Amino acid sequence: MTQKLVIIGAGMASGRVIEHLVEEAPGAYDITLFNAEPRGNYNRIMLSPVLSGDKTYDEIVTHDAAWYAAQGITCRFGEHVVGIDRDRKIVEGEKGQVPYDKLIIATGSAPFIIPVQGKDLPGVITYRDLDDTNAMIDAARTGGKAVVIGGGLLGLEAAAGLAERGMEVTVLHLMGHLMERQLDEAAGYLLRRDLEKRGITIKTRASTAAILGESQVEGVLLEDNTGLEADLVVMAVGIRPETRLANDAGLEVARGIEVNAQMQTSDPDIYAVGECVEFDGHLFGLVAPLYDQARVLSHCLMDQPDAFVVRDIATKLKVTGCDLFSAGDFAEGATREDIIFRDPARGVYKRLVIEDDRLVGAVMYGDTADGTWFFGLIKEGTDIDGMRDTLIFGPAYQGGDAADPLSAVAALSRDAEICGCNGICKGTIVDAIAHGATELGAVRAQTKASASCGTCTGLVEKLLQVTLGDDFHVPAAQPVCGCCDLPHEDLRRLIKSQELKSQEAVWQELGWKTRNGCHICRPAVNFYLLADWPMEYRDDPQSRFVNERKHANIQKDGTFSVVPRMWGGITNPRELRAIADAAEKYNVPTVKVTGGQRIDLLGVTGEDLPAIWADLNKAGLVSGHAYSKGLRTVKTCVGTDHCRFGTQDSTGLGIKLEQILWGSWTPHKVKLAVSGCPRNCAEATCKDVGIICVDSGYQLGVAGAAGMDLKETQRLADVRTEQEAIDLTIAFIQLYRENARYLDRPYRWVEKVGLDWVKARVVDDPEERARLIAAFDLSQSIYRRDPWAEHAQQAERFQPLADLTLEAAE
Amino acid sequence: MSWIDICAIDDIPLRGARKLKTALGCVAVFRTGTAEVFAASDRCPHRGGPLSEGIVHGQSVTCPLHNWVFDLNTGQAQGENGSIATYPLRVEAGRVLIDGTGLSGRSAA
Repeated sequence: MTQKLVIIGAGMASGRVIEHLVEEAPGAYDITLFNAEPRGNYNRIMLSPVLSGDKTYDEIVTHDAAWYAAQGITCRFGEHVVGIDRDRKIVEGEKGQVPYDKLIIATGSAPFIIPVQGKDLPGVITYRDLDDTNAMIDAARTGGKAVVIGGGLLGLEAAAGLAERGMEVTVLHLMGHLMERQLDEAAGYLLRRDLEKRGITIKTRASTAAILGESQVEGVLLEDNTGLEADLVVMAVGIRPETRLANDAGLEVARGIEVNAQMQTSDPDIYAVGECVEFDGHLFGLVAPLYDQARVLSHCLMDQPDAFVVRDIATKLKVTGCDLFSAGDFAEGATREDIIFRDPARGVYKRLVIEDDRLVGAVMYGDTADGTWFFGLIKEGTDIDGMRDTLIFGPAYQGGDAADPLSAVAALSRDAEICGCNGICKGTIVDAIAHGATELGAVRAQTKASASCGTCTGLVEKLLQVTLGDDFHVPAAQPVCGCCDLPHEDLRRLIKSQELKSQEAVWQELGWKTRNGCHICRPAVNFYLLADWPMEYRDDPQSRFVNERKHANIQKDGTFSVVPRMWGGITNPRELRAIADAAEKYNVPTVKVTGGQRIDLLGVTGEDLPAIWADLNKAGLVSGHAYSKGLRTVKTCVGTDHCRFGTQDSTGLGIKLEQILWGSWTPHKVKLAVSGCPRNCAEATCKDVGIICVDSGYQLGVAGAAGMDLKETQRLADVRTEQEAIDLTIAFIQLYRENARYLDRPYRWVEKVGLDWVKARVVDDPEERARLIAAFDLSQSIYRRDPWAEHAQQAERFQPLADLTLEAAE
Repeated sequence: MSWIDICAIDDIPLRGARKLKTALGCVAVFRTGTAEVFAASDRCPHRGGPLSEGIVHGQSVTCPLHNWVFDLNTGQAQGENGSIATYPLRVEAGRVLIDGTGLSGRSAA
């Protein structure tokens, strides 16, 4: 006997159920199909190609009106269902009731709308169905700016489609990297890079505060107060199962409508399928499990035994040119090991995660050809112990070469600058080599590359090697550490010329062999990035040694020392009182006057640091950076204020310099001094920068040392005015920041590049000097602030997570 | 096993660590990846350096005092004759749980 089957929702899952039924059990059911959208089933996965213009709606229709008619299905499209009466077994549509013997709820999912002001403005849309897609296509017709909130699969497809249609697109993503649920940081970086190449702006860690506009959306305001103009805002932050009808009908609903392995809800005559269901704690958003559910459900309706099981799924992104693949579980687990392969030249990244000799996860970017094979290994739990060494090369591995350390250099474009001093590009050097300059001296003579400061020598040698092959042998240069093949000089140069602006970019483009560096290379990379890209990169505390992360010097007993800044060594009774009060309040065992003319409080516990900082802040005292690779002190004498020999205001100049330079990160610590006369009471002639005031002006010395090595400063220049003395000091320090290798003090760096090279830039070239000063100012607009004040705000980070001694004692 | 909820995973900075006080002394809880955590003794066997203050890289930590590098899976120091105790941890719904059985004063005695 024919039973009445009512289906609520014409999506891909219910569409597949109907196909099974009409093919395998024609006539068994009299089907009525409700759909809130005024159309039948189409392939929603293909909405992105419709948005980008690669396909039309007609091409993605799965079932048209003729098909439904041929199957004898009663279509109630464009009609909302208002309720389900389970007692009378009736579905109530807007236009009338329909009785059922069996009911399928396939209401799908609703986009999650973030609850911010302005979310209901015209021009704010979601991305779920054809109407949304058409709204985006209409909006894109007039061009303008679009903001996509959400950097997941759907958001990025929307962004790429809108960009394809000529809009200026910005993607806002709450997390640190794109598609964080499917990709790790390294693959997220490559994806971001490829999307940025298409002109899409990506902002990560961007939290939306409000959507702005009067009668139409005009912009988006972020939590950090950045404002973005927008003619269109697309919300694609996620979906949640659409469960309202099931809820109202009194069915059991958790996050989704709860079903058993036969897709039956808590009412045995009501089934649910698709994105609206929850099975065994799982929700579903991708099509493969939905088709499995549809098969199981149709079999149950035909009284054939079947059961739904959750399987691993693989993800691919449908954006042309962004080739990514992820499958399995690649993020978690202490008992797992990684195999990583990077090929900077081809923009390829692969990571396999192995546990107990089995592949459990895979992330790939740039070359996903072996994805299916890896996915098969994951699903089948194949023992991979025997092929572990070659696993990452895929099934076609025939004993190929190991990763090529030269590939980063080979990948550089012809116009990439190799020699910054002389502005020589890769193309010029390669041409010279091709024309017979087959060793370093000849390249130098013909092109001037590496003929000035010499820091690009390693790169020029690698170019010789790449161009000449086995005919050239590079004298071995010491790489930074075991994580890479590059010496510091090459690393710095490549960060500049390849415009690498994140740690992930460095790991990938320069072929790092480890996941995220080590204690040797990561602090160096962190400094190089923040020095070269102050606006794009932010200092990463987790890549700093403990003293710089804690903003205090750790002592051998685990306590810390606290040194507030005393500008130019000048203090007053109020500051001294605050220091004395703090010393008493926190039981500071040792109070010492330092050689840099300030006061050191030694023996403060880690837990007390935020509190003592807050107290000192209240008296106007800020961090002295006594722990940092940055400006330490500017030592001064009293100069013309009090001294009968003083020739200039040495104290005043010292204070000015300290107030300009404080907070800046440098390759190693930097100490200055200003003496008011050649008697040199401030001992300026052994400092990194030492200024001696004389009747005619100021003598600037640089590159002194009084530590492991003892060096007298060398004269950089004699200048007449205080302003010139300040300008030259800033320019010198900025040149040091831009060029020195990490952990080289200025005297070591000047030894390598030569004082003449420094003078040519800082003293003889006013344009370059102005550039250096402007670059320093820009960086200081970010870093000239008190870290103590910022850290005192996060006092809880300095406390233990928990105290288990009580529980353990029970 | 008795699992004790100690913190939300986001309480630990990525590629960083926090300290946990226990009857056996301080335990460092490391976060090496978005959802990857390890627990080990906070005390370096070399000169007692606080490992929770070290640089966290890959699945290792470097002691801030003299750069001993420990594999957090095994607790073994790289190239040195020394190791640190490691403790089972798990992450569940964004919370970090530690196995309390190995941390009681009695089992150490």
